Amino acid sequence: MADHGNRTKKILIAVSAAFLVLVVRLWQLQVISGKELRKESEENRLRVVDIYAPRGIIYDRNGIPLVKNMPNFSVSVIPERLKTANIQGISALLGLDPAWLTRTLAAASRSVEPVKIKDDLSFDDLARVEARLSDFPELTVDVGISRDYIYGQTAAHLIGYIGRLTPAQAESPEYAGVSKNSFAGQWGIEKLYDKQLRGVDGKKLIEVDAMGREIKQVGEVPPKKGQDLTLALDIKMQMAAETAFANHTGAFVAINPNTGEILGFMSKPSFDPNEFVPSISAANWKALIMSDKHPMLDRVFQSAYPPGSTFKIITAMTGLETGIINTGTKFNCPGFFDLGNHVWHCWRHRGHGDISVHNAIVQSCDVFFYNVGIRTGIDPIAKYAKAFGLGRKVGLGLGPESSGLIPDTQWKEDVRKQKWYPGESLNCAIGQGYVLVTPLQMARMIGAVGTGGTFMPKLTFLKQPANAKPVDDPIPVHISQNTIDIIKSALAGVVNDPAGTAYRSRSSIVSISGKTGTAQVAAGVHAQTNAWFVAYAPSAKPEVALAVVAEKAGEGASSAAPVAKAAIEAYMKDIHPELDKTAAQKAGKAAIGNGASMPQMPGAFGNKTGIRIKKAPGAPANKSGNTAKNVRTGFGNKTGIPVRKHAATPAAENKNNAD
Amino acid sequence: MQIDRRAIENFDWLYFGVVAALSIIGVLTIFSATRPMPGHAHAHYYIKQLVWMIIGIGAMLLIMKIDYKWFEALAPALYAVGLIMLVFVLFKGHMGLGAQRWVSIGGISFQPSEIFRIAFVLMIARQLSMAKPPIGVADFGRMMPLLVLLPLGLLVKQPDLGTAVTMGAVFFFTCLSRGMSKKLLIAIFIFAIVSTPFFWDIFWHGFLKAYQRDRLVAFIDPSVDPAGIGYHLNQSKIAIGSGMVFGKGYLHGTQGPFSFLPEKQTDFIFSVFAEEWGFIGSLVLLGLYFALLWRTLDTARKAKDAFGSTLAYAIAFMFAFYLFFNIGMTMGMLPVVGIPLPFMSYGGTSLLANFIAAGLVLNVRQRRFELFY
Repeated sequence: MADHGNRTKKILIAVSAAFLVLVVRLWQLQVISGKELRKESEENRLRVVDIYAPRGIIYDRNGIPLVKNMPNFSVSVIPERLKTANIQGISALLGLDPAWLTRTLAAASRSVEPVKIKDDLSFDDLARVEARLSDFPELTVDVGISRDYIYGQTAAHLIGYIGRLTPAQAESPEYAGVSKNSFAGQWGIEKLYDKQLRGVDGKKLIEVDAMGREIKQVGEVPPKKGQDLTLALDIKMQMAAETAFANHTGAFVAINPNTGEILGFMSKPSFDPNEFVPSISAANWKALIMSDKHPMLDRVFQSAYPPGSTFKIITAMTGLETGIINTGTKFNCPGFFDLGNHVWHCWRHRGHGDISVHNAIVQSCDVFFYNVGIRTGIDPIAKYAKAFGLGRKVGLGLGPESSGLIPDTQWKEDVRKQKWYPGESLNCAIGQGYVLVTPLQMARMIGAVGTGGTFMPKLTFLKQPANAKPVDDPIPVHISQNTIDIIKSALAGVVNDPAGTAYRSRSSIVSISGKTGTAQVAAGVHAQTNAWFVAYAPSAKPEVALAVVAEKAGEGASSAAPVAKAAIEAYMKDIHPELDKTAAQKAGKAAIGNGASMPQMPGAFGNKTGIRIKKAPGAPANKSGNTAKNVRTGFGNKTGIPVRKHAATPAAENKNNAD
Repeated sequence: MQIDRRAIENFDWLYFGVVAALSIIGVLTIFSATRPMPGHAHAHYYIKQLVWMIIGIGAMLLIMKIDYKWFEALAPALYAVGLIMLVFVLFKGHMGLGAQRWVSIGGISFQPSEIFRIAFVLMIARQLSMAKPPIGVADFGRMMPLLVLLPLGLLVKQPDLGTAVTMGAVFFFTCLSRGMSKKLLIAIFIFAIVSTPFFWDIFWHGFLKAYQRDRLVAFIDPSVDPAGIGYHLNQSKIAIGSGMVFGKGYLHGTQGPFSFLPEKQTDFIFSVFAEEWGFIGSLVLLGLYFALLWRTLDTARKAKDAFGSTLAYAIAFMFAFYLFFNIGMTMGMLPVVGIPLPFMSYGGTSLLANFIAAGLVLNVRQRRFELFY
């Protein structure tokens, strides 16, 4: 059957051709595309899972933790089951809107990663989900790391909060290598030091089946924990200040004027950073943003206020340095100042009589400073104000900062296109008019005055080692020792002289120097004033300098100074624990008998320790006996201010002005 | 029963060796494809397949023993039984993978279409061998209703499109192997051209189920949706390609056991094999199949009579189409139709049917000289 054989041959050829096609295709898949498809099969099988790095802990200066890391549980739908997920069941289980869930899963239908559908599970939710996981194979529970802000609203503006990466951050090279699902600092220290705090997320390579279930771990790159941060912040002082500040609106900031460490930092009203983790609800966010008290505003450096009488420090310095006045110079205060076309009033309508610079500061006489301001003019005042950092951004890096405003004639011509009127100098001399400063600027200024008027350290949020040299932000003008002595003496008097405006806020454990301010913010019938207090302590050799402002809270002496006192006492007790013990002892005994803990200090306050010894006012120092034998406590004379060099004897004045 | 020495001498050890090797490779690959997850027991697929393999080899040897003239004589009756089973499955069958293909009798589930294809090849071999070649339009027209249209209609209804298409192709090519008149070829060609646009619509919307349409769409563009309809195809290509030249090694494949490949132990068994054994192993496997086909065709050429020859051709075409459709599908060259790989895919009825078919080929080969005794 030749024909038959021939046909078989044809069929064999056809079959061989078909086999050849298969072999060519095999060659194409396994040899040509083999490498690529091998990779795809690895990707199929192997999944990279993030291991979130624990964030660094933020401590206060005494090692008290301000935040805690918390597990954050979230539920996701695995990519293999996006299309077959039991929408109704999941919605009921997790309390989600089925329509929303359908939309979310549809939008992510091409995702190759699990799609998060609920974040920040409560423990109840978690227990429920875990128990039902076998009924919902499409769900997986992930554990991330979240934050608990232990102190809630306290120092919230400083500490800040974390949140999911924003879309902009996810794109930014700064966050390269940060997992899309992890957290990043979004405010405050958490944001500023995010890079240090966040650490490096680890990765684990797991083998998964087609359902995305983990079969086994193949490899792991362990996460690197973020660096811990020790802030300069003293949480005890912070709490003392916040408690004393009560429900006012305003700010408080305290620094170490020698090192630049930021010891206290408060803006009120505040917010609870815990609300932001892992993400704030729309309603809560709206409430924060729409509130007319603007809790998200950081008043420490984002609000500029007229400084009021606290600015008299600058005016006095200008007068003394320019030679317009000296310690003996007296101006008469009849309660008003008449410039011919307009009359300016002193806060004390019956006047202060003849008054020197010392007592003008102590009693905050306006007329004295009108006299200084009209004589110096605005430009020298502006020069000294700017030299002490007023009207200039500090540059904390926390966010947009207000620079404040120190006006001068040039500014008026450039910006207002107007000539400077002498009357405006009067307003500015007492910290009203165009003058605007931030609490942070004022804290730096008063600190620089307290430490001798030669330098301002660059501010830092971090605790500095004991031997660290502060980075200097030098004051560009030379202030004579004499001027500084006069001003420091007067500032001590403000608090310690019975006639001083802040006498009620004197402390039994530490000598405080400061200046009150009561700045008008609205004129007329509804006149309202911001209460200011700027201070440093101990008076002779300051370890803390601060500024407090309470908006529309009345007088600085009553609303702001007590906050400063509470903060300073808390801080001093914290860094000198012996004060705490002796404070409990009866009045009349020395708070500190051992001057060795602090170096000998120069200056008006001759107290060896710099810490005032508690005793009844008026009691002669040299009769107090005890270890502070030869120490002039500064409380021995009637004014509480020891006289040095050119200082006029203030006793007569005090008598005149005693109310 | 006396042992026939000539029967032993004429026994085709090569053919036996090839089908035994293929089915053993099948069992081993099923074992690997169904490797369990940690903490789970190994599914019993491979043991069942091993049992069916032993049953199949027994059936093959038994079929070989009975002179095939009896099968020729019984073909109409067997064919009638086969058709009845196809009707039966439409009413009493149960669903599996979206199609009604299974029946249970006495607790044993089986696929009637697998049994039917044996009756089918016997019947067409009988009818075609009776017709005087070349087969003309009249012969073809006479055979069409009962031999083609009725059974294919029943298969499509299940739906078992794969078997229907394969059986149609087997019929056509077996006709061709017998020789077809030019007139018939031209008639078929013209009919095909004219009817395609007309029938396409009915076919697409009337006959095909949604999942079948999806499979065709996925075949044309597998990237349409990697996790959906194109998923099977992509995963199969990844499995095969990732084997590269030397394979990942036996029991080291990942696509099958981790469930990326659906139907890993049945329709996609070749992908699992190719992943583990690579290009070299696949060539060896294709070589075994080539040997199977070549030997079957050789038997057809050498058969002593027209029925034996036509039967061997029909079986050769059946093996060839199952093989090409299945492997072509796993490599993304053909749409996904549920066609098992002969001797390797998991499935008792299918394996048994293939062994019976092999038994028939051995039968024809063994008796090729009997005319001259």
